[in-house]
Amino acid sequence: MNAAVLTGEHFMTGDVACAEGALAAGCRFFGGYPITPATEIAERMADRLPCVGGIYIQMEDEIASMAAVLGASCAGVKSMTATSGPGFSLMMENLGLGLVTETPCVVVNVQRAGPSTGLPTLGAQGDMMQARWGSHGHYEIIALAPASPQEMFYHTIMAFNLSETYRLPVLVMADEVTGHLSEKVVIPEPGAIKLKNRPKAKGRKDRFKPFQAGPNGVAPMAIAGEGYGIHVTGLTHDERGYPVMTEGAQEEMMHRIVAKIRDNLDDIIQTESYRMDDAEIAIISYGVSSRSSLAAVDEAREQGIKAGLLRLITVWPFPEQLVNKLADRVRALVTVEINLGQIHLEVQRSAAGKVPVHLVGHTGGTVISPDTIVEKLREIRSTHG
Amino acid sequence: MDKLKARSDHPLDALLRTDRIPHIWCSGCGIGTVFASCLVAMQTSGIDLNKTAMVSGIGCSGRGAGYIKLDSYHTTHGRAIPFATGMKLANPELNVVVFSGDGDLFAIGGNHFIHAARRNVELTVICVNNLNYGMTGGQAAATTPCMAKTPTTPLGNPETPFNLPLLAYASGASYVARWTILHTRDLTKSIEEALTRRGFSFIEVLAPCPTGYGRRNKEKPLDSLRLYQERTVIKNGADPSDVILDYQQGITLGKFIDHERPTFLDSYDKTCRINF
Repeated sequence: MNAAVLTGEHFMTGDVACAEGALAAGCRFFGGYPITPATEIAERMADRLPCVGGIYIQMEDEIASMAAVLGASCAGVKSMTATSGPGFSLMMENLGLGLVTETPCVVVNVQRAGPSTGLPTLGAQGDMMQARWGSHGHYEIIALAPASPQEMFYHTIMAFNLSETYRLPVLVMADEVTGHLSEKVVIPEPGAIKLKNRPKAKGRKDRFKPFQAGPNGVAPMAIAGEGYGIHVTGLTHDERGYPVMTEGAQEEMMHRIVAKIRDNLDDIIQTESYRMDDAEIAIISYGVSSRSSLAAVDEAREQGIKAGLLRLITVWPFPEQLVNKLADRVRALVTVEINLGQIHLEVQRSAAGKVPVHLVGHTGGTVISPDTIVEKLREIRSTHG
Repeated sequence: MDKLKARSDHPLDALLRTDRIPHIWCSGCGIGTVFASCLVAMQTSGIDLNKTAMVSGIGCSGRGAGYIKLDSYHTTHGRAIPFATGMKLANPELNVVVFSGDGDLFAIGGNHFIHAARRNVELTVICVNNLNYGMTGGQAAATTPCMAKTPTTPLGNPETPFNLPLLAYASGASYVARWTILHTRDLTKSIEEALTRRGFSFIEVLAPCPTGYGRRNKEKPLDSLRLYQERTVIKNGADPSDVILDYQQGITLGKFIDHERPTFLDSYDKTCRINF
């Protein structure tokens, strides 16, 4: 297993596939801390990284893990960590540092039921709003939601590509069920995997401004040791990276790090539609819940209910425009997620009162059964015609 | 101030972000002296400065990274060491220097310090110990002497401070020294040594904080310097368990530990990379 890309067909868990996706994406640094149900990602990386010239370090906690991942990325190595709820909470501080210093990296959250220690071995999707707003201050973030081991592989690659392109930590919001599920995973030839790398610093070293935006709003990144002598700080800073303690500097910096995401939504947001062409009721779901939703759509159609599914691959930034337009052509929307209504709030907001928005959700510990969703669809049909 | 900015004759200008001067440090503060010693040591040690990065946490000393004209990273409170760890392991060619304060490195960052020392990650950690949280106004830290007055210990500090060299030694650091800002030659030489040692190097530097600690404990900057002169004894090789900071008994300075052992990367290569 000395090849970075294990081309071939495999039967593997989502967690292992995630680690393989990271390796295929060029990740060569993992800093982490064991936590159920994400431990297997760390274990796979500990086993595989040294064989491909990378390094695995088990840090003292998730605060240190996130700090080490940022340090490694600033030294020029694609880096990642993987965790679950309690660790994700500890990472929030340095996630903010990564966002404001525009340091590419990937953070995987294999979600379990919370709050607090919760149900460590059982799945949930209760950290979706934490993914959006968990670190202090205002920012934009990118979060993906894989629904199978195959997607754990691909979404991790996609997460690295997005993080390198837009220079920010990208979140892979998986769940315990997907992480522990074993399925067929096809790993392509290395040449068939498209990889992106951060925009490189160029030009005169004494004049380089490390936070001056390039054409797509993203600043080229100088790496420690390249001789640029850059300064990087978590304080509000100007284009030179120098701290500036003014409202104006805050406005300028914030505008840029928010705009680089908001101005590139078409490139970032990915969704999938299933039987949506003539759908009268649209389910909006992601991750493992989208699999239940898929089965529910088929079952509902059997029963004569014109249901369809909009599956979110990118959960953040939320496809607001898409859902808003969708609300023009269906009679009702249903959010399906393992929490008591998080992405549901976004669906409601985006639907802007045009159609009723229902929720199928619970507090975690098991997947949502397709039957429960079908029942809701029948109820909606009888209410809204 | 314009006059000061226009000067180009300071011997450390090449290593300073002169466009960020004046700095934020108060009159009588000791951080600048430690910082200058650090820059001199970097110049004289012969290390490749293009391959040298400074990492700081938060606090007055944490601003060090903002004034050095090298790759420099001003991170989050207490997290300079794990950030530096990631940096060093990702690119072992880099010399990574952590420059931060006692509150940052030993209270909020204490756990990271002991683990980096235990792993013997090749870092040079310089701790400016001014006995309190200077930036937030002089509150008690994990290094504040027992009974000292601070805004959060108005009747005196009931807690016992850390003995930093002992903590570093017990955790596994391979180079441990303590100096004061009065002992700049020894300090500079020590930093120079630490920069060229393999493994986790730690230097504690006692420095006055007249605005925070000094004001409430009747210690003006010159009083601190007098203490550093009259109440210190240099004892290289002293047992770290005998170097408790006690101004009444006298403070032991010197290089206490200088003992090479396999670094994290040495062990990682030998243990984990056998198949590579």
